[in-house]
Amino acid sequence: MSDPLLRVRDLKIGATVYPPGEKPKKIEIVHGVSFDLEKGKVLGLIGESGAGKSTIGLSSLGYGRGGVEITGGEVWVNGRDILKGGIKGLRKLRGAEVTYVAQSAAASFNPAKKLMEQVTEGAISHGRMTRAEAEKRAVELFRKLGLPDPENIGNRYPHQVSGGQLQRCMTALALCPKPDLVVFDEPTTALDVTTQIDVLAAIKEAIRDTGVAALYITHDLAVVAQVSDHIMVLRHGETVEYGETDQIINAPQKEYTQALVSVRSIEHAENLPKGDPVLRVSHVTARYKGTNFDVLKDVNVELHPGKTLAVVGESGSGKSTLARAITGLLPPTGGRIEFAGRTLSPGLNQRTRDDLRELQMIYQMADVAMNPRQTVGTIIGRPLEFYFGLRGDAKRKRIRELLDEIEMGDGFIDRYPAELSGGQKQRVCIARALAAKPKMIICDEVTSALDPLVADGILKLLLDLQKIEDVAYLFITHDLATVKAIADSIAVMYRGKVVRYGPKSDVLAPPFDDYTDLLLSSVPEMRLGWLEEVIASRRMESAGN
Amino acid sequence: MHPIVKLVVQRLALGLLLLWATSILLFSLTEALPGDAAQAVLGQNATPQALANMREEMGLNRPAVTRYAEWFGGILHGDLGRSIINKVEISESVGRRLSTTIFLAFWAAVVAVPLSIFLGLLAVRFRERWPDKLISGLSLASISIPEFLLGYLLMYFVGVKLGWFPTNAIISDGMTLGQKLNAIALPVIVLTMVVLAHMMRMTRAAILNVMQSAYIETAELKGLSGFDVIWKHAFPNAIAPIVNVVMLNLAYLVVGVVVVEVVFVYPGMGQFLVDAVSKRDVPVVLACGIIFAAIYIGMNMLADIVSIIANPRLRHPK
Repeated sequence: MSDPLLRVRDLKIGATVYPPGEKPKKIEIVHGVSFDLEKGKVLGLIGESGAGKSTIGLSSLGYGRGGVEITGGEVWVNGRDILKGGIKGLRKLRGAEVTYVAQSAAASFNPAKKLMEQVTEGAISHGRMTRAEAEKRAVELFRKLGLPDPENIGNRYPHQVSGGQLQRCMTALALCPKPDLVVFDEPTTALDVTTQIDVLAAIKEAIRDTGVAALYITHDLAVVAQVSDHIMVLRHGETVEYGETDQIINAPQKEYTQALVSVRSIEHAENLPKGDPVLRVSHVTARYKGTNFDVLKDVNVELHPGKTLAVVGESGSGKSTLARAITGLLPPTGGRIEFAGRTLSPGLNQRTRDDLRELQMIYQMADVAMNPRQTVGTIIGRPLEFYFGLRGDAKRKRIRELLDEIEMGDGFIDRYPAELSGGQKQRVCIARALAAKPKMIICDEVTSALDPLVADGILKLLLDLQKIEDVAYLFITHDLATVKAIADSIAVMYRGKVVRYGPKSDVLAPPFDDYTDLLLSSVPEMRLGWLEEVIASRRMESAGN
Repeated sequence: MHPIVKLVVQRLALGLLLLWATSILLFSLTEALPGDAAQAVLGQNATPQALANMREEMGLNRPAVTRYAEWFGGILHGDLGRSIINKVEISESVGRRLSTTIFLAFWAAVVAVPLSIFLGLLAVRFRERWPDKLISGLSLASISIPEFLLGYLLMYFVGVKLGWFPTNAIISDGMTLGQKLNAIALPVIVLTMVVLAHMMRMTRAAILNVMQSAYIETAELKGLSGFDVIWKHAFPNAIAPIVNVVMLNLAYLVVGVVVVEVVFVYPGMGQFLVDAVSKRDVPVVLACGIIFAAIYIGMNMLADIVSIIANPRLRHPK
């Protein structure tokens, strides 16, 4: 048997960390990982953030981000230990034999250069192709990846194409120099679910047609199940389980893998009471200043006390704009918003302090929603002072109660946000919202930036708190699994309109409208062959029409 | 209309508005000064009657608004008025002085701008290593030494001891370009050393800022060399801040060279302005002021326009 294309042995990776108030120190983040990858095969690396999956992926290009460096082990590519060739050897390898597809194509393309120049640059600078050859190949790849107008799209700048198209261009960039190995690092994570499925299918097809081998890194087991031959489950820089895709999905051996496979096990039976709603949005339209396009069109929804309304849709559907209209950040141009039995003023400035207090918000990015120079105690204490005038011991006592409610101890009271994990930061944001004793909290993609298991913990916490505090949630998300887990009623939004609205059981039961059908069928399912089935059935439908 | 044309036209209009406001400010400031042109011409011992006659003759008794309108109207026609000392057309004498100053500034810029950008790129390439520290150290040292001291040091060591260049930067119309360049070599070196540090530091900071971007990682993972990554991928995205500081320094080269001109006895705007101020030649001071303001505003406007054009999102809208 010939040597595998990629052979990683006992890989150890270290990083320099800068704990606040202490001297920088070196820690090990990957502790001896080994695997092989044959030509033309796909290995999925899966794990939570911090598991070391991206770090391991980048090590196959001999690259370390920030203060990260490879401290031990061997990485063999095409029978050569790349860690022994120095930076010159690595530069020959990068962009030629091994290429990389980054998570955020929007950030990873140079905004000042045309797509074609960037896609062909690696192939040309390594002398693997002439400019004419490289451009011809790029156009072929654009066509294969299903990009519109493949002949001319290369003349555009990155900001002139959509996110999904840019991610395909990134794949073309990686495939252009005819590499032996491509590292895909969360290539579809930043995309809408309806876009993800097409990009995923395009990537899978391109891998198959070019016979390239791939490392596919993701935190989404359902996605990796669709594209990989083998899967390696990583946690805290160590291999948890490594095997064929079928075995990992259908017969996981380790407890952690089983937890990953069965994630989103929360059951929440819908429960819709009669009576007056806490929020009634009637015929609301809104547009941004200086435009003549309505971003919200005649939106009508209701939310009852202590219940959850999930607003779903892809990016640009207007779901966050609805939140801005309700909070008064974007005063609606038409319609009425009734809250707790009174009509709210459209703009934030005219609202009373009670209006502000009873309507709180939690954001997607917990770390930018907190002042990095304030301690947890100050952050949670601020609304207590502002709304209730609490000071001194009374304030401290209430902060402790709130920390207790979010299942974090007293010890966190003097910590800074930088010293918290992603899940803990989001919990502090929840406590800050609860401190105001609100009647309703708008949760804007609060679990989207979190790992599945951590996100589950946050959702469970939110449901528990709802029972205790009798607070209503307007839950904005693009993730249908989250919706199924926590909603009582659902509003599906598309291009500024609510296209489907009602109790959860009605919205998620057929017959569906076209858009809801597309949305529901695009959510990756954790079984082999799901992607092919969906693509095949969509092709049949479009052939039938 | 292409949005970029609209933006550029807006900037131009704003620049003109600003220049007009500056002219009002300048005029009112010279009005507020004690004494006037008549006093300056006749001296301290003039009789009140002589002063009154002189004011009548020079039209100084008319309201300030009328005189401002006359002065500003003249500028619009390219007429800067006459000097009250020697009665020469200001536009003529200023024109000659301005062109010599711009000659010096131009050659200083030709040396300083590429050099500082190159050194900035070099400092990024070897950041936190000895070339970076050496470049930063030397350029900060050169900006910290007063210009006149730099000038005299160079004069003594390079001009007198080594005898490479003349110590007096006197140029005349009869000289060839080579002779002129030889004459201004020392002031060019001094000016370069003065403006180098700003531009170098800004280039370094702007590029380091861009080096944090994800697309720099993409470039590195294409196997490009360190300098290619900086030059091809980081620099094009750092143009706007760099151009801004370059333009500020170019403007300084024209309007801020008084000291260097005096040290090297160079017949430029700086000496001219100093003379006019000491002789209370108000029309000349006004003319110099408005020209300096125009140069400053023009350079900064140019920097804005270059920044707008350098932005691909504005150049190629969706």
